[in-house]
Amino acid sequence: MSGASLERGIHALKEQIDAPTATFFSACVHCGMCAEACLFFTETRDPKYTPIHKLEPLRKVWHQEYTFWGKLGRALGLTRPVTDEELTEWETLVYDSCTMCGRCSMVCPVGNDIAYMIRKLREGMAAAGHAPPGLIGATRRAITIGSPMGVKLPALQAQIRHMEEETGLTIPVDVDGAEYLCLLSSMEIMNFPEYLGAIARIFRQANVSWTLSSEAFEATNSGIQIGVSEIARELVNRIVTAAEKLKVKAVISPECGHAYMAIRWEGPNLIGRPFGFKVVHILEVLDQLRAGGRLRTTGMETQRLTYHDPCQISRRGGVVQQPRNLLNLVAEDFVEMPDTGTMNWCCGAGGGVSSNERADELRLKVFNRKKAQLDAIGAEGLVSACSNCRIHLEDGLEEYHMDIPVLSLTETIAEHLADRESHEGKQE
Amino acid sequence: MTEIEFLLWVRGPAFEGATVIFVLGVAFRLLEILMLGRKANLAEARGSAMLGGLRTIATRSFPDATTHKRSAFTHTVGYIFHIGFFVTLLLFAPHILVVEKAFGVSWPALPTPVVDATAVVTMIALIAVLWHRLKDPVLRFLSNFQDYFAWFLTILPVFTGYIAFHRVGMSPPTLIAIHILSIELLMVVFPFTKLMHAFTLFMARWYNGAIAGYKGVNS
Repeated sequence: MSGASLERGIHALKEQIDAPTATFFSACVHCGMCAEACLFFTETRDPKYTPIHKLEPLRKVWHQEYTFWGKLGRALGLTRPVTDEELTEWETLVYDSCTMCGRCSMVCPVGNDIAYMIRKLREGMAAAGHAPPGLIGATRRAITIGSPMGVKLPALQAQIRHMEEETGLTIPVDVDGAEYLCLLSSMEIMNFPEYLGAIARIFRQANVSWTLSSEAFEATNSGIQIGVSEIARELVNRIVTAAEKLKVKAVISPECGHAYMAIRWEGPNLIGRPFGFKVVHILEVLDQLRAGGRLRTTGMETQRLTYHDPCQISRRGGVVQQPRNLLNLVAEDFVEMPDTGTMNWCCGAGGGVSSNERADELRLKVFNRKKAQLDAIGAEGLVSACSNCRIHLEDGLEEYHMDIPVLSLTETIAEHLADRESHEGKQE
Repeated sequence: MTEIEFLLWVRGPAFEGATVIFVLGVAFRLLEILMLGRKANLAEARGSAMLGGLRTIATRSFPDATTHKRSAFTHTVGYIFHIGFFVTLLLFAPHILVVEKAFGVSWPALPTPVVDATAVVTMIALIAVLWHRLKDPVLRFLSNFQDYFAWFLTILPVFTGYIAFHRVGMSPPTLIAIHILSIELLMVVFPFTKLMHAFTLFMARWYNGAIAGYKGVNS
């Protein structure tokens, strides 16, 4: 982010362009179907929010740098290179009105993966100095303090003590040779420490060996949201170093969408080598325990519950069936929303939008899509597995005067553990 | 140049030239794309990229219910004009004859009145597509010269073929020459416009499906 310039931005974009990108731009027929897949368009009807249009600066660079006619046109002065003004104009399109949810990528009839390219465009935008101030702040805190929300180790330690008191269990920290290293998101540490208590109870019942690391507890990665691979790499490296030092078999990504994308799918590519350990999402772990008969639950939620698929966990991450298996374990009346699973609509605050205060009004406006989904089935409770979604869902529900509780799937499972004597302190 | 000489030129040297530009142009464009390469994925795979890619090549032809409902016009009329175009191109007896002369292969044709009606439907669908592009706020916003030019190049051979078949206005050799010329125009421009999607859409769907399939997602 330091030393940002248009030149650096264009250079970064050139570096990002690969065969899939060139294919996608070559295949686009301007059919406009991606607009109807994007909640920023469907809820505003403003054509500028058409997903493929958000990529215009990247398309221009591809055309001018990597196609014969584009190069010829540039040499003859027939086309204008991308300007700083253009990037200023596109900044809000690329960061405020796109959560990289990838729903457009599922709908494009020629098969363009538009979200894949937005991720690339952000590399150029950030290098050119056109990232939103809110995201720059979060990224700076992630690098200097270790968390985008400025959470330091003492804050985590306080929450650990708090959860130990509540559950009566010891929460392991820096345990050498544990099977799993659990990561957390800042939001969990600050707003939803119950998640930590929930995994402590579940893992005790299932007899899972696990640990936290005092050196790498933050799972989120502002680097991939803002589009600075260098920073994303450093944040991933912190986790890799800790996991290798503790010699764990696997790292568990918490209830956070982009954290899973960052560590599971981008991680090895960012550091340039495969990991020596596995990366699993907490829902995958819970579902494995369920399948192995190690997750014993009792009682059922009776209200009508539905599940909001966090985009990076489901559509972009591949954890789709597991949450359904888990919910069926504890919910009597689990109903799917229209457009669910990999076709779910984003909450509106992923991909760094929630860290970008400038987008607050817009993200609440487009929440109307989620409202319509919830209204369609008369949901009485909304379960999800991403604390960023969760915060925004609560925000949106409040904005639209909807009285629907938002629950964490992991916490809901923990509430129904058959073995309840281990958390007497939790009884309400 | 007499009209017969003109027809011979259009059918001979001009057609050869257009074919060369078309074939080399498409090959060049595909190489230009593929030479960019892509980085190997170092994350541990959950599913098969290859199978995911192949699956999406097929499944992307059939949208989910919501997508269809939201883009019903684009989808329905898009299907009609594409199918109509290819039926007229590939199942009209004189067209098959051209292929048989050149390559020695042939296949059964549809009855001429059926192809004739298909051509009319195709032109109506294409006009509807243009009307939609001009009227719909998103499409009008996205469209540039190339979108309209590609539309014109697509309807032109159908239209010239239709009037050639019905011998409207000019003498048959001139009508046929104009028809062939319109196809040559389409072939020459094809590699350098969005018409390339006829090839790249399979690659795009494959990449999309492969990226998702690697992660264990059906896209």
